[in-house]
Amino acid sequence: MDREALPSITAPTHAPVGNDVDTPFRRFVGDFTASKLAMFGLGLLVLLILCALLAPLLSPQNPYDLSQLDVVDSRLPPGSKNSAGTMTYWLGTDDQGRDMLSAIFYGLRISLGVGVAATLAALALGLAVGLAAAYFGGRVDSMIMRIVDMQLSFPAILIALVLLALLGQGVDKIVIALVAAQWAYYARTVRSAALVERRKEYIEAASCLGLSPGRIVFRHLLPNCLPPLIVVATVQVAAAIALEATLSFLGLGLPITEPSLGLLISNGYTYLLSGKYWISFFPGVALLATIVAINLVADHLRDVLNPRLQR
Amino acid sequence: MLVYIVRRILQSLVVLLVMSLLVFVAVYAIGNPVDIMINPQADQADRDAAIHALGLDKPLWEQYGLFLQHAVTGNFGKSFAYNVSAIEVIFERMPATLELATAAMVIGIVLGIPLGLWAGLKPDSASGKSIMTLSILGFSLPTFWVGLMLIMTFSVWLGWLPSSGRGPTTELLGVPVSFLTWEGAKYLILPATNLALFNLALIIRLTRAGTREALMQDYVKFARAKGLSNTRVVGVHVLKNILIPIVTVIGLQFGSVIAFAIVTESVFAWPGMGKLIIDSINVLDRPVIVAYLMIIVALFILINLVVDLLYSALDPRVRLADA
Repeated sequence: MDREALPSITAPTHAPVGNDVDTPFRRFVGDFTASKLAMFGLGLLVLLILCALLAPLLSPQNPYDLSQLDVVDSRLPPGSKNSAGTMTYWLGTDDQGRDMLSAIFYGLRISLGVGVAATLAALALGLAVGLAAAYFGGRVDSMIMRIVDMQLSFPAILIALVLLALLGQGVDKIVIALVAAQWAYYARTVRSAALVERRKEYIEAASCLGLSPGRIVFRHLLPNCLPPLIVVATVQVAAAIALEATLSFLGLGLPITEPSLGLLISNGYTYLLSGKYWISFFPGVALLATIVAINLVADHLRDVLNPRLQR
Repeated sequence: MLVYIVRRILQSLVVLLVMSLLVFVAVYAIGNPVDIMINPQADQADRDAAIHALGLDKPLWEQYGLFLQHAVTGNFGKSFAYNVSAIEVIFERMPATLELATAAMVIGIVLGIPLGLWAGLKPDSASGKSIMTLSILGFSLPTFWVGLMLIMTFSVWLGWLPSSGRGPTTELLGVPVSFLTWEGAKYLILPATNLALFNLALIIRLTRAGTREALMQDYVKFARAKGLSNTRVVGVHVLKNILIPIVTVIGLQFGSVIAFAIVTESVFAWPGMGKLIIDSINVLDRPVIVAYLMIIVALFILINLVVDLLYSALDPRVRLADA
């Protein structure tokens, strides 16, 4: 609180030149853009998201339209021409003559889509549970936290694996499995943030004003709990994408009709041993780029949003 | 202390009971237990006999009692794929997984603590920074992808190490192990390295953070003022004080190493429990899946219990806080 107030008191001494006003958001943007590494991560991430969104426009061929595939072109190394001589397979082809570059664009779509959907759903669930625990306190709180602790003592991959073993394959099922594996992180983060915020004066003031509990929780408590949650959510998107890829690689995640990056890597696995590296390697590079880009952004977000490190 | 131990053990038993109830509900109440526990290829007479033997004609609460009773005696039915008791199939694979997990832990500790110390002592040097970058990569790269790259580099391109399987084993106290002969150890190196990476990254971070904190403490300044050599200050005074959190985390991580062995074993075709569970899921060998779940749940609860007890022995404040 004191730190928040400080800049306005000392504002005249280092007031920004021109008509810039030092709002918290501008300060956040300024801090964030200061790191070259984080900006690189953000740029890479935007590029990957664009590739995913524009996959049908960018891809040289539709990798899942069987009429466009030619078995003669199967397992060609990167840079080969197709049999008709009309296009170049820049990243090679897989065992069905599919252009890997196009397959990666479409795979990015599925990987990012599943990761974001699972994160949003887990965030919503964790938010509700965590806020409930912090707001009600007492027995509700200790009950919820006992469940959270119990779940967190098991690795996420094990929980997801068990659920998929019981539920079977499918996009909806893998999202359920990822949510089940991750909601507890959010619940714990929200609860601890909310417990700190709850004791502050503005919440007391809000309840003195006679505001309804719903309004206090959602309009006053929630916005102030967001910064740590944003950091956790960013890290968890990367974790969700990696987990989905792992599960798909193991043959438990997505069905063959929804080829995410993990499934593409899994398809090329058998050819890796005979030296045809490109079928697994390039989807893996795309997966890696996605995870590293998100982590770079998340890492710097953590520094920027952490009040203890704020100048 | 005794009261704490007893209470902690009772808590673990409650958690075990809750988890067994969850597994029971998942397997028996959601799915059709007749389909789940009895081989679909069995004929009608076999099915009836099996339904009776498993007690599936009894009311649900009685079935849960039977399930518990069977679980305690290790009876989870016969594996469809191997036609022997499911628990036997798992116990047969367990040494391979335990060896892999132990080797991974050893690699993590032996490399992680010195690297972490170095990075903590020289946080601004190029070497310190590259160690930290390495640890970030260890955290964020998916295990299976690193495994594939290890195979691609060391098996396919360089041809130094075998890419899959366990190779020859020798008996040590009646347990088959790989690491005693070079022929066997060759098969262990790649999977163990792969499995070690996450823990290596974690141990580097913990050690580095602990070292940086310890260096600012008065006892380190005092040790230096006494004129002790740098080796002694770091090797004895600093190291001793940062070990407690590291030991705790290593203990807790052993469970997740066994869980992550599922991925590594699948990549390297290492014949352990993790590969077994994936194979079993793929062929719907449900008795093995149920048995694996119960064993892994029991294992995790046991690890948590041991770590908690150890921690309370090392740091009495933990016990007081819980009382």
